[in-house]
Amino acid sequence: MSLDKETVRKIAFLARIDVPDAQLEPLAGELSGILGWIEQLRAVDTSDVEPMTSVAAMTLPWRDDVVTEGDDTARVTANAPDGQDGFYLVPKVVE
Amino acid sequence: MTKLTDLTIAEARAALEAGDTTAVALTEAHLAAVDAHEDLNAIITKTGERALEMARASDDRRKAGRRKAGRTRGALDGIPLAIKDLFCTEGVRTTAGSNILAPFVPPYESTVSANLWDAGAVMLGKANMDEFAMGSSNETSAFGGAVNPWTRAGDPETRLVPGGSSGGSAAAVAARLALGATGTDTGGSIRQPASFCGIVGLKPTYGRCSRWGIVAFASSLDQAGPMTRTVTDAALMLGAMAGHDPKDSTSAPVPVPDFAATVEQGIAGLTVGIPREYRPEEGLSPEIDAMWTRGMEMLRDAGARIVDISLPHTKVALATYYIIAPAEASSNLARYDGVRYGLRVVDEGDSLHDMYRKTRAAGFGTEVKRRILIGTYALSAGYYDAYYLKAQKVRSLIARDFRAAFDDGVDVILTPTTPSAAFPLGQEVTDPVTMYLNDVFTVPTSLAGLPGLSVPVALTGEGLPQGLQLIGRPFDEDTVLRAGRALEKAAAFTAKPTLLEG
Repeated sequence: MSLDKETVRKIAFLARIDVPDAQLEPLAGELSGILGWIEQLRAVDTSDVEPMTSVAAMTLPWRDDVVTEGDDTARVTANAPDGQDGFYLVPKVVE
Repeated sequence: MTKLTDLTIAEARAALEAGDTTAVALTEAHLAAVDAHEDLNAIITKTGERALEMARASDDRRKAGRRKAGRTRGALDGIPLAIKDLFCTEGVRTTAGSNILAPFVPPYESTVSANLWDAGAVMLGKANMDEFAMGSSNETSAFGGAVNPWTRAGDPETRLVPGGSSGGSAAAVAARLALGATGTDTGGSIRQPASFCGIVGLKPTYGRCSRWGIVAFASSLDQAGPMTRTVTDAALMLGAMAGHDPKDSTSAPVPVPDFAATVEQGIAGLTVGIPREYRPEEGLSPEIDAMWTRGMEMLRDAGARIVDISLPHTKVALATYYIIAPAEASSNLARYDGVRYGLRVVDEGDSLHDMYRKTRAAGFGTEVKRRILIGTYALSAGYYDAYYLKAQKVRSLIARDFRAAFDDGVDVILTPTTPSAAFPLGQEVTDPVTMYLNDVFTVPTSLAGLPGLSVPVALTGEGLPQGLQLIGRPFDEDTVLRAGRALEKAAAFTAKPTLLEG
C-alpha cells in the first residue's frame, strides 16, 4: 500500500496535526514504507480466527453507578493553559 | 562496608534492619550519585527535597518500630528509587518525555508509585524516557537522549544508547544512581533497555500492575514493572508494585504471591522451551546464539529439562504490533488538545481547530507523529478491517502459539532479549522499521500479555552486556523469577559499567 500526498494530508487532518506542505511528500514515503512492511500480515490465514479483544481471560467488572469523588474543580483545572471561574477557556467556536 | 550505592535492594534492607545505615544516608549517597552523573541525562526531574523528607520519615518509622501492617507494606522502607517519567506523581512534573506535557504537574499519584510509597520507598527523581514510551533508544525524548553507562571495549569515547523506552530508568540503575527504578513495557521497553544496560528487567503479566495514573501509550499492551540489579530485587519490588486496583478495569483481581520468598527455590524438574523461530532466517548473530546456548546449559545444569518448541507466528508479531500499538496510541493521544492541560499553541484569531493542530504539531516529536498518523490511517473508514481487525486476528494466533506450548507442559521459555547489544547515540536511523527490529524478541510476549524477564548473562566481544529473556504463563511471575535467579546464579554476571570506573 502506497500513500500519496493527498492521503497523508487527509490523515493529518483526522489526527489534528498540522503538517507543512513540504513535509507531506517525505512523510508519504515513510508511512508507505511502514505500511509496505506490514503487508506481510496478508499472508497469514485468519479465516477462522476471532480477533483478540481482551488480553487477560477475564470479564470486565461492573461497579455501582455512583459518584466516588468530585467537587474538586480547583485541582481538576489546575493544569489548564487558560481558564476562568473553574472553566476551561478555548477560542470562540461560534461567531 | 560496600559503598551504599553498590548495595542491592536486599542488602540495603538488611543494612537498614541491622542499623548499619539509615534511609537518609542511603538517599544522600544516591542523590550525590545523581548529581555526579548528570552527563548520563538519566534523571530529568530531581526530587531531592522530597527524597530526604521521605527518607527521614522512613528512619522515624524504623526508630519508632512502627511498621504499617499488610502484605508487603514496608517491604521497601527507606529504599531510594527512580520513577520513569510516565508515572504521574502528585505535585511533581510528569512529562512522558514530551514537550506537550512539559508543563504538566499531576494533581494525583499513579497507583503503582503510590503502592511503592506505601511500602516505604523513597523517590529520587523522574527518569528520562522515549517520548510517550515510543522508541528503543531513548533518543525520541524531548529532553535529549539518556546515555548508557557502558562503553565498547577499547572505545571509551563513543557514547551508546541505554535502549528504550525506559532508558533513563535502566541507565540510572546500572550507573548506581538508584537501587531500582520503575519501567513500563509496551513492546519491550523494560526488557530491551535492561539487556542494553546489564540489569534485570521484568514485564509482569498484563493486569498484574495497575495502569491507573500511568500516561497511556497502547492500553492493551502497557504494563509497569521493576528494573533492578538482581532478580531477588525485582521480586521484592514487583511485590510492592503489584495488586488489584478497582480504578483500572483491566487490573486482575488475583492475589500477589510473596515472590521474594520463592525466588531461591530452584528449578529442578522445570521444563524450559526453546522456540526455534527465534533463530530468524536472516540468522541470529553467532555471538548471541552462543550465549543463548550457554543459557540453556546453565538451566539444564540447574536441573531443568530443555525442549524444542515452535511458536509459528513469531515472525509476523512485529508487524502485528506496529498496527495495534499505533492504533491504540492514536486514540489515547487524542486527549492532548491544548484545552485541559499541557502545551497550548494558539495565535490571535485562530479557531479551535487551528489550536488543536498547531498544539499537536508543536508538542509531539517526529516518531510520535509518525505513529499517530499510522494509527489514524489503520483505524480510518475503509481500512479498519484490512489493518486493525487483521492485526487483532493475528494477535489471537500469536497468543494461541504460546498457550499451546504451555499446554504441552512447558513451564518457561528461554530466548535472547535483543538481537544486538547497545548501539551508538546519534546513529542516523533513516528507516523506522530498522529501529523497530530491536523489539523482535520482546513483542510477541507483549501481544500475548505474558510475563517476560530479562537477565544479564554475559558481555559480548565488544564488552557490552547482553541479556536472555524468560517468558512464563500468565500470572506465573513466580516461576519466571525462580528460573531467572537460577540463570543469574550460573551466569555470575558481576561486570560493572565502564563509565563508573575511575
